[in-house]
Amino acid sequence: MSSPLTLTVNGVQRRFDLDDPRVTLLDLLRERLDLTGTKKGCDRGQCGACTILVDGQRINSCLALAISHDGADILTIEGVAHGDALHPVQAAFIQHDGFQCGFCTPGQIMSAIGLIREGQAGDDPERVREGMSGNLCRCGAYAGITEAVLEAHHTLNRKAEQAA
Amino acid sequence: MPELKLNQAPAHVRHGSNMGQPLTRRDGVLKVTGAAPYAADSKVEGLLHAVLAVSTIARGRVTHLDVAAAKAHPGVVDVMTPENRPALAEDPDAKTNPFMFRLDLLQNDRVRYPNQPIAVVIADTLEAATEGAALLAPRYETEPARAGLDTEGRFSPNTVGVGNPAEASHGDVEAGLAGAAKRVEATYETPAQYHNAMEPHAIVAHFEGDRLTVDTPSQGLAMAQGRLAGLFGMDPKNILVRSPFLGGGFGSKGFIAGPQILGVLAAKLTGRPVKLVLRREHMYGPVGHRAPTRQTLRLATDGDGALQALHHHTLTASSTFDDFFEPASDIAHTLYASPAIRTSHEAVRVDSGTPLFMRAPGEATGSIALESAIDEMAEACGMDPLEFRLKNYAEIEPLSGKPFSSKALRECYRQGAERFGWSKRSLAPRQMRDADGLLVGYGMGTATFPALMFQANAKAIIKRDGTGVVESGTHDMGQGAWTAFAQVAADSLGLDIEQIEYRAGRSDLPDAGIAGGSAHTATAGTAIHRAGAAVIAKLAALATENPDSPLYGAGNAGVIAREGRLHRRDDESRSETFAAILDRAGLDQIEESGAAATDPAAAGAYAMHAHGAVFAEVKVDPDFGQIRATRLVGAFAAGRIINPKLVRSQLFGGMIWGVSFALHEHAAVDHRTGRVMNPNLGEYHIPVNADVPALEAITVDEHDPHVNDLGVKGVGEIGITGSAGAVANAVWHATGVRVRNFPITLDQLIG
Amino acid sequence: MNRFEYLRPATAADAVAAAAQPGAAYLAAGTNLLDLMKGGIARPDTLVDITRLPGLDTVETLPDGSTRIGALVRNARLAHDAGFARRYPAVAEALLSGASPQLRNAATAGGNLLQRTRCTYFYDTASACNKRQPGSGCDALHGDNRLHAVLGWSERCIATHPSDFCVPLAALDAVVETHGPAGPREIPLEAFHLLPGDAPERETVLQPGELILAVRLPPQAAEFAAHSRYLKVRERTSYAFAVASAAAALRMEGDRVAEARIALGGVALKPWRAREAEALLAGQKPDAALFRRAADAALADARPSAPANAFKIELARRIVARALTLAAAGTPNRIPALPASPFAHQTGGAHHA
Ligand SMILES: Cc1cc2nc3c(=O)[nH]c(=O)nc-3n(C[C@H](O)[C@H](O)[C@H](O)COP(=O)(O)OP(=O)(O)OC[C@H]3O[C@@H](n4cnc5c(N)ncnc54)[C@H](O)[C@@H]3O)c2cc1C
Ligand code: SF4
Ligand code: FES
Ligand code: FES
Repeated sequence: MSSPLTLTVNGVQRRFDLDDPRVTLLDLLRERLDLTGTKKGCDRGQCGACTILVDGQRINSCLALAISHDGADILTIEGVAHGDALHPVQAAFIQHDGFQCGFCTPGQIMSAIGLIREGQAGDDPERVREGMSGNLCRCGAYAGITEAVLEAHHTLNRKAEQAA
Repeated sequence: MPELKLNQAPAHVRHGSNMGQPLTRRDGVLKVTGAAPYAADSKVEGLLHAVLAVSTIARGRVTHLDVAAAKAHPGVVDVMTPENRPALAEDPDAKTNPFMFRLDLLQNDRVRYPNQPIAVVIADTLEAATEGAALLAPRYETEPARAGLDTEGRFSPNTVGVGNPAEASHGDVEAGLAGAAKRVEATYETPAQYHNAMEPHAIVAHFEGDRLTVDTPSQGLAMAQGRLAGLFGMDPKNILVRSPFLGGGFGSKGFIAGPQILGVLAAKLTGRPVKLVLRREHMYGPVGHRAPTRQTLRLATDGDGALQALHHHTLTASSTFDDFFEPASDIAHTLYASPAIRTSHEAVRVDSGTPLFMRAPGEATGSIALESAIDEMAEACGMDPLEFRLKNYAEIEPLSGKPFSSKALRECYRQGAERFGWSKRSLAPRQMRDADGLLVGYGMGTATFPALMFQANAKAIIKRDGTGVVESGTHDMGQGAWTAFAQVAADSLGLDIEQIEYRAGRSDLPDAGIAGGSAHTATAGTAIHRAGAAVIAKLAALATENPDSPLYGAGNAGVIAREGRLHRRDDESRSETFAAILDRAGLDQIEESGAAATDPAAAGAYAMHAHGAVFAEVKVDPDFGQIRATRLVGAFAAGRIINPKLVRSQLFGGMIWGVSFALHEHAAVDHRTGRVMNPNLGEYHIPVNADVPALEAITVDEHDPHVNDLGVKGVGEIGITGSAGAVANAVWHATGVRVRNFPITLDQLIG
Repeated sequence: MNRFEYLRPATAADAVAAAAQPGAAYLAAGTNLLDLMKGGIARPDTLVDITRLPGLDTVETLPDGSTRIGALVRNARLAHDAGFARRYPAVAEALLSGASPQLRNAATAGGNLLQRTRCTYFYDTASACNKRQPGSGCDALHGDNRLHAVLGWSERCIATHPSDFCVPLAALDAVVETHGPAGPREIPLEAFHLLPGDAPERETVLQPGELILAVRLPPQAAEFAAHSRYLKVRERTSYAFAVASAAAALRMEGDRVAEARIALGGVALKPWRAREAEALLAGQKPDAALFRRAADAALADARPSAPANAFKIELARRIVARALTLAAAGTPNRIPALPASPFAHQTGGAHHA
């Protein structure tokens, strides 16, 4: 028994026949679409490494059944940069050394993009820290992560102002 | 006296400006775009997925596995059990050297710890393999579990850590204790902790004829290759281990672990490439952990607060079938001056996986106990904790009597205390509050970690186009190997970093030893530095011996390599490009090797350690006992800093591990069954971003001519030492309650 | 995870029919159900995906002034709904103190109510657990039970209900609207979850197939908006379940408490409404001694389910007293940076030792 599934992944519409309803969005991306940038740290919603944006919202892709998200618009770490031009969040992570081993990084960056879009944290470091607390980093890169999110917030704000 | 390498200007020097620069990571773009390849990202045509089934008992025998049910599940290709597991050339229980740990590779039906692999299910899809493993529904013959430090059969291990003596002493501790003005005796417990790198152990194994390629995270490529060669009876040359990026290791990926080898066995069994990734809960057993300890500290001072005796005793646990004894007491060898010091260890054997090195093994565990005890002693003397530590400052290494190769700890205390505002601390506990009424506490701890050297090799090449290639099978587990070694390499060749290609992370490159003991930068860095020096010397010879070169005859004066040119040292206007030299010589490239190892002369003459001082502020809710480590300032002296940006990150990481040690992480072991009841990241707490709002790391200048050519001491582990104790001491200062059972939980503060 | 049949019914009636079959379960966001399925704790044969059912994802104000939260409204959306957060600040604060931002973006209101205990022995299929496997015993009783229940437990089960959202809902007299095989009904939230008694496997009053349509807050619930707080003590600053928590809401008349609402979380297998404590406060002038008396009353029936969790009783009393103090000081204009945390900066220096 297989079910048709349509997803827009990083701007490209993709259709497949899903032969197994157990497949999570995370495993779909990693094992079936070769989009391995999204990481699996726990598979149980406890670490945030698998964070992606679904219809603009950051979620844990390990606890999301692919079949239930038929029609969704998905953004993963692979779809964030424009060609060689890094997204401001990505650039800020490099600048502030917001990672060490890099394994939690795709999830951190997707979470940061989601956080900035949500618009709840602004430039308040404490709100940023709380808003990024769904992403564990065993290397302990939190200071750089917080600095990077704050800087990216400002960069994106400036861009938005210039556009307006 | 050993040679003073940095002071002896070699005839041909390289002149560089890469080292010491806060360069951003060269692998940064790969990591922020999701393109950095970790083992589990590897793609091979025809890949099968393997999932472990693990034991739910601590001791006994597997009497039944429902292999038929698993095989009947659609997509399952095979089930590997002791009955059909391919033969190995070496007994997984053999141990021919202390770096060889016994592995569980389905050699029999015995269960010797919870979460031991007992079968592997291999399937077309991850979903099928996962469910197949669940369908095995093992049945057991169960024997009672032996768990906890109160297990019977205490004994004194022959050695602890890596061959350290279990007992050491100088002076008469009992006499010191008896004759002292003030005494403190206290017992501290630290729990079992699990490395929990964010990247679970993973392997993609692929046989092609008699060749094996594995993608697996490794902190020791050559050792992994050697272990595989031994087990599979293969020529190491036919095995390629690739590990360009580790998603964290912290010691758990130092040796290739059983589950990784089971992935290779599954590939062998099925004749297909196999990917095996541990589920998070599988990481609580077969891939090592930090052993629990119970440490008893006995300290005594004279009337002026000078230590007269220090006894640090540790009871720890190893597995029933292998030896690793957390060397927690050894921290007392180096830190504080005392005319009498004794360190000792005892152990029990429990039904757990074998403990292993985990970030600052022994040092972290011992540090939180010793730093707590030192604080208790300072309090007994009515002294400020910093004043007390300065009073007992070790000018020479107390146990060995050796001079330190360098020790800028006083400066660490000074700079750290000043930056932190230590002088505002009240002497008595529970005196300070913030505007919201939260209790505020200040605490400190001394950080220390040995400056080690292992063995490493490197190769440096200069190509005809004037660019360089440097190769060393180094490992990047987050410390920034791709960047820091490229900086060393660039300087060693007198090239801009953009002009060199740095190759690492594969077992077919020169053996770079192990990324552990905070010694990787020092060791592999030195090997790279020497390889560069050697190839520059070779290049110099080509030029200085050739009459057509502007450098002809400069042999005695020597040359300097800078920005792709060799310059005469005594007349820098005379120079020639690397390319021109090779061109004239008609060579496509020249190459040389370099090696590094412990210098026995230096190690014999000096005590070599990095040091630091960590100051912590915590806030504690007076009613609830909930704790937050609101501010940490660490000042560290660790020799030469290759890249301050990377070093800051390493130190922060260590400091956060210190917070975690003091306040968060512990394996909740049910002593009835020996099982870890929180084998996940939801209940096994490590700090989240909001737990560590403010960190500061100061690096104090330190020039050490003895540790190695580069003067590098290593920063990977020192951050956790000192920090854990500083946080614990700050909690005491905030609350007046001394918790000796770590982590400090709120029930212990208000209960 | 076992294989299952996946259904996506188009109407609530179809969903109810499908889910009434033995072995069927509703799938909302799946943040709890998939977790349980991955651990082998839940092995449903059929998943009935309700995420596309029409009309369940809105927050509406009804003509009588009550607020109806559709079962599919995501936790984050509800908490950030400005109108909702203004009227029910303790509910918003509780939501924002739960789980992580990612989980809150997914988790639904209905799913949150029905999330299952976090007892580690329940989660571990090799352990005896009466809730997971009726009659098998309870390994928590003499095991690692530091965080287990101190109210309403039985020898059969000493687990707690982990939801934060449910705590202020219980305090504010929320009502659960459902549709089951027997038609629609309304269940007060306070009566929705069951204490373990002899049958800890029965967790709520829902019948097989009964679908939560909405949670409704009555008009009176908004009258507490000016003095409402949620306070959650945790072992990590964020992304952790409560050791214990409390929602406190006061309706003030002048300098007196006209009416008080108190409920506790993390202490029992259901959100624990403290009516006696509420009664004690009615008509009184708020002060520390009064709040302490109320806290004592709230925990009057508490008893440790094991020595290790005895500390939770006094902890819970202090949390109640503090939550009342914070509520009396007034709802902050904006939910603090660290929602419900003791480390949220407090205005008015309300702390006491
Ligand atoms: C790591 C982690 C940390 C967490 N921390 C917290 C925390 O601190 N505080 C907290 O409160 N929660 C916490 N949660 C739990 C989280 O809030 C719940 O998982 C979530 O609310 C469940 O919502 P859902 O939509 O995903 O439900 P699902 O998982 O889809 O469903 C849960 C259950 O409800 C049933 N169900 C769902 N909707 C309906 C309906 N409309 N009618 C009938 N039955 C229905 C399902 O059949 C299932 O049995 C945490 C979860 C995780 C994974
Ligand atoms: S406390 Fe309840 S949920 Fe936990 S093991 Fe006992 S019966 Fe199961
Ligand atoms: S992998 Fe999804 S939260 Fe950890
Ligand atoms: S960078 Fe290694 S886990 Fe975050």
